[in-house]
Amino acid sequence: MDKRIEIIIAGLGGQGAVLAGQILGRAAVYDGKNVVQTQSYGAEARGSAAKSELIISDGKIAFPMVRKCDVLVVMSQPALDKYVNNLKEEGILLVDTLVGDIPETRAKVYKVPATEKAEKVLGNKLYANVIMLGALVKATGITSWKAMEKAIIDSVPEKARQANLEAFKEGTKNIVM
Amino acid sequence: MEGLLKPGIYFWQGNEACAYGAIAVGCRFFAGYPITPSSEIAEHLARLLPLVNGVFIQMEDELASLNAVIGASWAGAKAMTATSGPGFSLMQESIGYAFMTETPCVIANVQRAGPSTGQATKGAQGDVMQARWGTHGDYNAIVLSPNSVQEMFELTIRAFNLAEKYRTPVILLADEVVAHMREKISVPPINEVQVVNRKEPKKGDRAFFALEEVAPMPAVGEGFNVSVTGSTHDEYGVRFTANPEVHRRLIGNLMNKIESHKHEIVELETHNIDGCSTVIVCYGCTARTAYEAVEEAEKRGVKVGYVRLKTLWPFPTETIGELAQQAEKIVVPEMNLRQIFYEVQRAACGKAEVVALNKVGGGEMITPEEILRGVVP
Repeated sequence: MDKRIEIIIAGLGGQGAVLAGQILGRAAVYDGKNVVQTQSYGAEARGSAAKSELIISDGKIAFPMVRKCDVLVVMSQPALDKYVNNLKEEGILLVDTLVGDIPETRAKVYKVPATEKAEKVLGNKLYANVIMLGALVKATGITSWKAMEKAIIDSVPEKARQANLEAFKEGTKNIVM
Repeated sequence: MEGLLKPGIYFWQGNEACAYGAIAVGCRFFAGYPITPSSEIAEHLARLLPLVNGVFIQMEDELASLNAVIGASWAGAKAMTATSGPGFSLMQESIGYAFMTETPCVIANVQRAGPSTGQATKGAQGDVMQARWGTHGDYNAIVLSPNSVQEMFELTIRAFNLAEKYRTPVILLADEVVAHMREKISVPPINEVQVVNRKEPKKGDRAFFALEEVAPMPAVGEGFNVSVTGSTHDEYGVRFTANPEVHRRLIGNLMNKIESHKHEIVELETHNIDGCSTVIVCYGCTARTAYEAVEEAEKRGVKVGYVRLKTLWPFPTETIGELAQQAEKIVVPEMNLRQIFYEVQRAACGKAEVVALNKVGGGEMITPEEILRGVVP
């Protein structure tokens, strides 16, 4: 059986869920995997629900949408409420600590102070998405660090590279189980 | 250009792959008006075209966009536009003009849920018949249907090559899912990309239209005396707005240049079709669902056939007819409320039961489970 992992990254529009999905997908391609990433968002530029879905596999990926995910990464309460039921029973949930109300679940839960660290350490809450990616890689080993760092460098504008690389490192050392 | 497009493995969005495909095959002019879910094609070409001495223009609307593309093509450039349903509707008049004047160009229509503004960010496959019949009068359309990021690259290249070879507009009929998804793609060395260029006239040529074989096409400014008109014209471009013979000859030759090369234009992907009692006929993003369903059915011990239409038009009537002879049931999943279904039914001539499986709204794809319910006893 081919190894196959399905992931949903969700938050509010503007929090960077879609970009986080792109970076993660690019990193997995650099690791030699097959990847399909899709996204859904509202017609508004900011504030509505935004979701990025990824399937990472050694084998062929035909149907591109995620039905039940192995990993759910959420950055807002509405996103958690909406997608928690899409998480497999034994799945992994990564949640920003600003999301207070985590329903009872058999999934393995990791809390990540992503928005808090983004504001305090990096001076802008926009880095929360990449902090979540750092936590994701630390918790699951889903991609190699090297591929993720290259993917960050290749996905963000030059002036934001250093800060995003720091955000990634920040995420790897700030997980609360 | 080699620097822009190094061979290798990339993680691209479908629309991005379309833009790079256009650059690779020699597209040097884009005019368009941004519209979700096609805008990234324009965004990437706005960045790429100036790097290859090409021209990018954001026009005031979709009518002007396609008109500018047609003008650029007559100036000798390979040219394209990209849009979605509402813009595609506005372009219909100019698409007719491009057919009538035999102007090679590519129109990428990334389908979203319609009619009208519908659901801008949500995918659909509702423009299949419009792509074939959207403009008025008699004509043959070439319409391609990509189902992956790789094919957004490859079929964009093919769309230009067919447009140049047959001097006709070609429609790349993508959908939001395929256009917005990101996927691994392999880019070949640029010198391995097949490039077809329009037939150039020789000195002294005067007949540039509606010949039995595709006529040579001069560019404005090359010194040829050419009149380009959307009205009925003879091979020299002279208008004949009442003569029945000239009209019949013109339209006959325009229809025939596609029809007589149908075997070269039509492309299908098939899997498991020999001896299967149930076959799925599919295209675009829905074909990905179908493929997964076919694989799942096989795991459960049921062999299901799979036919993917890489070209929607011309329609492979004969192939579907032969399929209907051997199959008992043909399932046609579509993200619309029955379009290609009727064409399959017509081709099947009652020899097989043709079953529609449809879903629209919210960009929700038909799922493998929904297809499986229809194909596994």
